[in-house]
Amino acid sequence: MENAIAWIFIFPLFGSVFVALAGFFNRQLAYPISVLSMAGATWAGVEVLIQAMESPNHEVSYLLGGWTLDLFPRGVGIEFRADLLAALIALVVLGVGLIVTVYSKIHVEKETPNKESIYYSLMLLQITGLAGISLTGDAFNLYVLIEVAALTGYGLIAIGSNRAVAATFNYLILGTIGASLYLLGVGYLYIKTGTLNMVGIREVIEANSLADSATMQVAFVLIGVGILIKMAFFPFHAWLPNAYCNAPTTTSCLLAPLVTKVMIYVMIRMVLSVFGVDFSFEKTIWVSWMPWLVVFAIICAAFLALSQREIKRMLAYLIVAEVGYMVGGVWIYNYYGLIGSIFHIISDACMTLCLFLGAGIVLHKCKTTHFDGLRGLFSRMPLTMIGFFIGGFSIIGLPPTCGFFSKWYLITGGMVSQRWEYMIVLMFSTMVMVILFFRLIERIHLAVDESGKNLGKGHGDLGLSKEQTRFDEAPLIMLIPLLIAASIVLLIGIYNQDVVNQIETFLQAYDLPTGVVYK
Amino acid sequence: MGEASIASELFLERLNYCIYVILLLIGLWAMLAKRNLIKKLIGMSIFQTAIILFYVSIAVKKEATIPIYLPEHDPHGEHSHNSSDENESSHIGTATGPVALEADAITGYANPLPHVLMLTAIVVGVATLGLALALTQRIFQGYGTIEEDELLDKLDRADERASLSPLILEERNARRRKKTTQSNGVKGRSKKKN
Repeated sequence: MENAIAWIFIFPLFGSVFVALAGFFNRQLAYPISVLSMAGATWAGVEVLIQAMESPNHEVSYLLGGWTLDLFPRGVGIEFRADLLAALIALVVLGVGLIVTVYSKIHVEKETPNKESIYYSLMLLQITGLAGISLTGDAFNLYVLIEVAALTGYGLIAIGSNRAVAATFNYLILGTIGASLYLLGVGYLYIKTGTLNMVGIREVIEANSLADSATMQVAFVLIGVGILIKMAFFPFHAWLPNAYCNAPTTTSCLLAPLVTKVMIYVMIRMVLSVFGVDFSFEKTIWVSWMPWLVVFAIICAAFLALSQREIKRMLAYLIVAEVGYMVGGVWIYNYYGLIGSIFHIISDACMTLCLFLGAGIVLHKCKTTHFDGLRGLFSRMPLTMIGFFIGGFSIIGLPPTCGFFSKWYLITGGMVSQRWEYMIVLMFSTMVMVILFFRLIERIHLAVDESGKNLGKGHGDLGLSKEQTRFDEAPLIMLIPLLIAASIVLLIGIYNQDVVNQIETFLQAYDLPTGVVYK
Repeated sequence: MGEASIASELFLERLNYCIYVILLLIGLWAMLAKRNLIKKLIGMSIFQTAIILFYVSIAVKKEATIPIYLPEHDPHGEHSHNSSDENESSHIGTATGPVALEADAITGYANPLPHVLMLTAIVVGVATLGLALALTQRIFQGYGTIEEDELLDKLDRADERASLSPLILEERNARRRKKTTQSNGVKGRSKKKN
C-alpha cells in the first residue's frame, strides 16, 4: 500500500464527516461508522509501521499534493514522515482510539444523550489530530494539528456537565498559551533557517552552524515551554485534573492516555530531529537543571495523587507524575534514558488506558469512584478488577507488565549518566504508587473506611448484604476492550525486546552518549 | 552615540517587534491576571494578534510585489511563448507545474509563506475564540456569573459536595428518610384528628 499514511487520515477524517451527516437521519449509525473507520485507520497504521520497518532507511515519506523532493528543495510542500518512532506512536494513538471507540457505546448514550453523532464526530477528529501530530514532518503543520487536537478536546470535555465546562475554560486558556508559544518559536526558527520542514531545519542548522545563535536559543525556550504547558508538566499541570475528572467517561479514557504522551513525543521530536542532539543537549543549559525540575515535579505529583480520595482524580495526578518520568528520561541525556522515555510513552498509554477503562466501568456500575464505594467490588466484578489491577501493577512496575521494562530503562539511564537524583526519585515514586494501588486493593477486599474503622461484623465479612456482593459483571462491550487493553499491557511486557529493538534502530541515527556526560 | 543607535534601532528599525512584544505581554497579563472571563478572552485575542503581527513583520520587504509571476518572469506567459518555438501540446505540458525562478529574479517578490501561515493561524484563533465564547455562555447559564472569584467559590462548593464519601451520603439519606417518614406520620395523625 503506497498511500498507507494518507489512509490513516482519510479514514477518521471522512468518518467524522459521515458521522456528523448520519446524525441528521439516524443517530444509531454513529457508533458503527466510527468503529469501522477506526478499524480502517488502525489497519493503515499497522501497514505504515511494517513499511517503515522494511524500508532500508527505516522511514516512509509522503508528500501531499504531488510535490517531489527531486524537483524542489525540502520544505516546498507539506511532508508526512513516518520513521520508526512516529509510526510506533501513531499506531499507539490509533490502537487506543479503536479500543476506546468500541468501549464507548453505553457511556456515550447515557452521558450525552441525543448528541451521539456530534460526540463521535469530535472523537474521530481528535484521533485524526493526534495521529497527525505524530506523523507530520512540518513544524507549522504540527501547530495546526496540535490546535485541531486541542479544539476537539475542549469540545469533548465540555460536552459533559456544567462543572466540565468550567474546567474546560481553564484548559482552553492554558492550552492556547502553550500552542501560541510554540507557534512563536516556530517563527523564530523560520527566520533563522528559512524552512519549516523538520529535517530541512536540522540540515540548515548543521550546514550553517547556527547552534551558537541567540535566535535559536529563544526559539528553543519558546517551543520547550509551550510544549511543557501542553503536556501538563508539574508547575503547568493545573488544567489537567479538573478537566479529566469532570469530562464524560469516554473522553477521559481517550484523552488521558494520549494527549500528554503525544506532546512528550513532540518534545522528543523537537529535541532530536529538529534542533538536533548537539544543539539541544550541548548548547543549552536545560540538561543541567531539567532533571532537578523533574524531581520536584514527580515528588509533588506523587503526594498530590496520594491525597486524593477518588479513583479518577488520583489517576489524573498519576498522569502528571508519569509525565515527569518521561521528561526526565529525555533530559538525563543518555541513550538508555531515551529508550526508556520512548518505551514509557507506549507502555504508559496502554496502562493508563487500562486504568481509565476500569474506572469507567466502576463508575457505570457503582455510580461513584470514591474509595469508600469500592467495597466488595472483587466479588461483584472479578474480571473488571483483574483488568484494572494489571494496569495498576504496570504503573507500579511489577514484571511482567510493560511498566516494569520501561521503568527499568529509565532507571538504567539515570544510573549510567549518574543522575542519582532522578534515579532516587523514580524509586521513591514507585513506592508511592505501591501505596496508592495497594490501598485501593485493600479498600476493595476489606471492610475498612477512611478512618480505619471496621465496617464488617468480623473476619471476612464486608458489611454488605448478599445482594451487594452477587456476581454482576460489566456488559461485554465494556469488559472486552478492558481485557484486550490488559492483555496488551502484558504482551508488550513479554515481547518488550521487539519494541525496544525498533526504538534502538530509530535512536541509532542520533549521536547519543552511553556513558557519563554531565556530573 | 551607542545609546542613540540603540534607541534608533528599537524605535525606528524594529518598532514592529517592540510593539509585538508589548502586545504579547499585555495579552499574557490579561489572560492570567484578569478575573473576568470575557477580559481573559480579550487578552487571548490580543496575545494571538501579537503573534500575527510578528509573522507579518518578518515578511515585510520594501519595493517588492505580491508573489505572482511578473510578465517578464512568467515561464508560461507570452514572453516565453513568443521566444520559444515549441508546439502547442508540449507548452501545455510544461504549464501545469510551478517553475523555480533564478536567484536574482526572486528579489522583487515578497515571501508569501508567513502571510499564508497567518491565514491559518487566524482561522485557528477564530475557532478558539468562538469555542471560548460558547463556553463562557454555558458557564453563565450554569453558574450565573462570569467573575472568576464567584465562579471559583461555587465550583469549590460543588466539588466538595461531589467528593463526599458515599458512606456519609448514605447516612444522610437514611436520616432524611427517617425525618420524612416521621413528618408523614405527623401529617397522618393530624388528618385523623380532623
